Amino acid sequence: MDFGPHLILATLEGAITAAVISLTAVGLSIVFGIMRIVNVAHGEFFMLGAIIAWWVATAVGGHPAVGFVVAILVAPATVGVIAAATDWLVLRRITYDPERTIVATIGLLYIIQQATLMTFGPDARPVEPPFNRRLAIPWVEFGDGGLSLVWPWGLGTTSYKLAVIVAAVVILTALWLVMKRTRLGLIMRATQLDSEMAMAFGIPVTRVYAVVFGLGAGLAALGAVLIVPVQQAHYLMGGDPLLLSFIAVIIGGLGSLPGTLVAAVLIGLSDGIISVFFSPTLAKILATLLVAFVLVFRPEGLFGRRKT
Amino acid sequence: MLEVRRIEVAYGQVQALFGLSLAVGPGEILCLLGRNGAGKTTTLKAIMNHLPLRSGQIILDGVDISRLPADRIPRLGIGYIPQGRRLFSELSVAENLEIGLMAGGSGREVRETVLGLFPRLQERLRQQASTLSGGEQQMLAFARALCIQPKILLLDEPTEGLQPSMIALIQDMVARMKRRNVAIVLVEQRVDAVLSLADNVAFIEDGRNRETLPAVELADDQERLARYVGV
Ligand SMILES: Nc1ncnc2c1ncn2[C@@H]1O[C@H](COP(=O)(O)OP(=O)(O)OP(=O)(O)O)[C@@H](O)[C@H]1O
Ligand SMILES: [Mg+2]
Repeated sequence: MDFGPHLILATLEGAITAAVISLTAVGLSIVFGIMRIVNVAHGEFFMLGAIIAWWVATAVGGHPAVGFVVAILVAPATVGVIAAATDWLVLRRITYDPERTIVATIGLLYIIQQATLMTFGPDARPVEPPFNRRLAIPWVEFGDGGLSLVWPWGLGTTSYKLAVIVAAVVILTALWLVMKRTRLGLIMRATQLDSEMAMAFGIPVTRVYAVVFGLGAGLAALGAVLIVPVQQAHYLMGGDPLLLSFIAVIIGGLGSLPGTLVAAVLIGLSDGIISVFFSPTLAKILATLLVAFVLVFRPEGLFGRRKT
Repeated sequence: MLEVRRIEVAYGQVQALFGLSLAVGPGEILCLLGRNGAGKTTTLKAIMNHLPLRSGQIILDGVDISRLPADRIPRLGIGYIPQGRRLFSELSVAENLEIGLMAGGSGREVRETVLGLFPRLQERLRQQASTLSGGEQQMLAFARALCIQPKILLLDEPTEGLQPSMIALIQDMVARMKRRNVAIVLVEQRVDAVLSLADNVAFIEDGRNRETLPAVELADDQERLARYVGV
């Protein structure tokens, strides 16, 4: 096999994983950063996004693009509302105590998973992509007439996969603008820095927490809706994104959004590349080993600030 | 105007305030004086509803505000300048002020007025709060509280760790707020400052207000001052 074209293909696959993991990891990171809690059920919100997308797309019918557009609006919003309600009904009542929150979200994980199994069933179900042109990967070759473009047979990607990458970039840019330029973003950043002083200046911190928890879950769901035309919806699909998001958040430095983002891209790319050339399991093993090393040698994360 | 009635406050199992009472009216400065750990900061936190009351009341203009959510307190016109300043450290000067303005529902005019009082901040609007000097940080903490156009100001050791010129500036600002008829509760360790600024002095000891006296009566009462603060 030609190494070059395969490397391009692997990088593309990695970039798609990176796009999805960026969304889920950033969602996990804002929840951790602002609320100081670990949401073990984050992957289940991802899964719910995919399942709801399937339901919506199936119910809407017609051209795949119509179902998909409705799904990408409805699924993340629904998941966000479910998460915000969970925050209000469960997490607020246990006063965001770190240990009790972990136990509560583990419980939530199983509730969501089993409820999905009972209603959606154990099968993987596809959502049709809104558009799906095959694109061959071009490659350069030295021929008689010097350099020329060739399209090695059988290696290609689709227009939809490229769109996933673009969509993730657009969504994350929008999120960044919201955080830096809007009043809501200012309120969230102030709450993250000192929640007590935020209250002393009129910020309704409990409501901010509900919004943040909903936003974090909504980002995971958005990632899931983007990937479900490539991967299919399944009730156990939340495991890998949870693991990879945790890895990104830890490597990136707990609570640091730029760090999380850089780590997510690195992990997504390496996961894609190692999966193509070796095996997905090896990719996960290496990523987990990397986390272990980071935790031992740089517990504040590669990009986190060292506590003084 | 603001009246604290026999409040009891605890951190978990450890009780910090034992039936503490005090009162302050418009244009009046009440100083809280007491040794480290006496409960001065705890009293201000209780007024801000950051700590739940075991019993007692906090009355503002005849209404008990002690059961309101903490984020409602600033909207009632209570401005807080906490011990150690506690700015939003990674936000800019302008953003710190913006949060104060939001709390008070105040607009551009208030912002201009406040910045007029602190020209040093005007020059540093885009600077991150954590990179300001100690004195500038205290100015920002003061300015942030003024952005809500407070009727009542709670100040917790605002001159702690500042050089003399900066102390004078802060004290001048406190006096100015008094002239604007703001009710002021001031925690202050410097007895000279207390005696020159305060209308009344409350001696806090072991989580209780031992006695409240007019400042004018204290100037010559070194013995009493020594008993409570060990000067
Ligand atoms: N977060 C806390 N948890 C437990 N106990 C606390 C806490 N904060 C204060 N205390 C205790 O409550 C008591 C009163 O503390 P407070 O901070 O109100 O004192 P203070 O009069 O402001 O002292 P200082 O002059 O040193 O600022 C002290 O015994 C202190 O140890
Ligand atoms: Mg104190």
